[in-house]
Amino acid sequence: MDFLNAITLLGNFVIVPGAAYGCQLALGALGVTLIYAILRFSNFAHGETMAIGTMSCILFTWLLQSWGVSFGPLPTALLALPVGIAATIALLLATDRLVYRFHRKKKSTPVIFLIASLGVMFFYNGIVRFIIGPDDRIFTDGERFLLSAAEFRAATGLQQVMVIKMTQAITVVVTVICVAALFWFLNRTRTGKSMRAFSDNRDLALLSGINPDRVVIVAWILAAALATIAGTLYGLDKSFKPFTYLQLLLPIFASAIVGGIGSPVGAIAGGFIIAFSEVFLTFAYKQFIGYLVPEAWAPEGLVQFLSTEYKFAISFAILVIVLLVRPTGIFRGQSV
Amino acid sequence: MAFLIGENMTGGYGGADILNDCTIGVEKGEIAVVVGPNGAGKSTAMKAIFGMLNLRQGRVVMDGEDITALAPQARVHKGMGFVPQTSNVFTSMSVEENLEMGAFIRDDDISGTMEQVFELFPILKEKRRQPAGELSGGQRQQVAVGRALMTRPKVLMLDEPTAGVSPIVMDELFDRIIEIARTGIAILMVEQNARHALEIADKGYVLVQGSNRYTDTGQALLADPEVRRAFLGG
Repeated sequence: MDFLNAITLLGNFVIVPGAAYGCQLALGALGVTLIYAILRFSNFAHGETMAIGTMSCILFTWLLQSWGVSFGPLPTALLALPVGIAATIALLLATDRLVYRFHRKKKSTPVIFLIASLGVMFFYNGIVRFIIGPDDRIFTDGERFLLSAAEFRAATGLQQVMVIKMTQAITVVVTVICVAALFWFLNRTRTGKSMRAFSDNRDLALLSGINPDRVVIVAWILAAALATIAGTLYGLDKSFKPFTYLQLLLPIFASAIVGGIGSPVGAIAGGFIIAFSEVFLTFAYKQFIGYLVPEAWAPEGLVQFLSTEYKFAISFAILVIVLLVRPTGIFRGQSV
Repeated sequence: MAFLIGENMTGGYGGADILNDCTIGVEKGEIAVVVGPNGAGKSTAMKAIFGMLNLRQGRVVMDGEDITALAPQARVHKGMGFVPQTSNVFTSMSVEENLEMGAFIRDDDISGTMEQVFELFPILKEKRRQPAGELSGGQRQQVAVGRALMTRPKVLMLDEPTAGVSPIVMDELFDRIIEIARTGIAILMVEQNARHALEIADKGYVLVQGSNRYTDTGQALLADPEVRRAFLGG
């Protein structure tokens, strides 16, 4: 019975939150990797794009709530998603037109694009603080748990409980849908294939009559949708605080690069690798070991590899190791 | 006047002129081969006809229409197919997808054209689901030629199609190129293997320092003792 308790404990504090966090990182990293594949630069504004997308979603959620609209057991924010995505698409396309198109015409080097994206990042950053402020916002409504502690205990009779929050379940389901739709688009549609062709061999794509402007526009649309969805899911699961979205940039880039930047499959794998490394290494195993060994052997300390404040060090360390050992990442993306 | 002709072309990549009053033309259903020593401007002449460099003088005329000012993409729409010498396939995409991308500018049904390409290069049909990057050098060249054929071009331009492939594969490729020409497509080809290429050429151009040195049928050039001594190694 104790073994089951140990597994349940791990499931509750590591597996379920790790899976949800991994999904959020994967969606974020997909946006970064798509922009890298098509526009050939690391878009540092992606974290703030997520913040802006989430903010648009929150604002529209409030409007819906003021109208008395709700989505039953699901959070109202899901209904607001399409509007949030549309707003973010408009913003990214305007940014592309005002900032990046100039540099494409000038054939600027990738590092110039990267610096420009840093400027865009600060600009978005300002917009978010200007409109919604720097404070924590909780916009989750609807049912709180898919599997509550009481239900779990009634079903299994275990001392240790495992709960699944509604937001975690939604995160996984929405991610699966988004990833399936994205892969269908990239592998089955003409436009999707032309984007892969453009990323693979730009000169030959131009020779084949693929319109580069269109490819770039579609890339921004996809990035905007992915960023808004990733940001909203993260905000629903935790809370919306603009500063954390800036901090998410590191694990997101680590995910994209670990998986192989430019490779969508890599971005997803990377997201889960980073997420699970973070939760596994910052989890305190005291209780887990307590379940497995006789009472006398139970550890006195927390048995935690790293305290949670250092979780960013984990992404950073993995990033450095991958860049040293295998710079193209697990799925052989473009080298950075 | 020839179906496609680059007349009195003079120009380069910005610095000194690489082409000096160079003229190259090809008729429908014919194979024209451009040969010459390294640095003679063979590939440059081909790129000039395709619009990849600006001409200071001269013009490019296709089917009676002056296309000198058109960008390469626009020339593809006019019926030119171009196979670059290197990175001429989408390595991460399957053979079939490569062909689909070749036909990107077409809105009609492409399955017929794809069947024709598969008939021409049966090995591609077998490997249609395999990424082009995993194929051998000769098979890749077949994908590259197939991709260019997907637009149903009137002119097919090949930049050293046999570079880096084995002699057997080279013979095979030349046979296929003759077959393509028989369907009425004009073929303009730059070749390093001068002797071999001239054997299948209806028309041969020997370029030296960006100018026409000899122009004749392939057989006549092969028979010309001066050309043989200077360019074909005796």
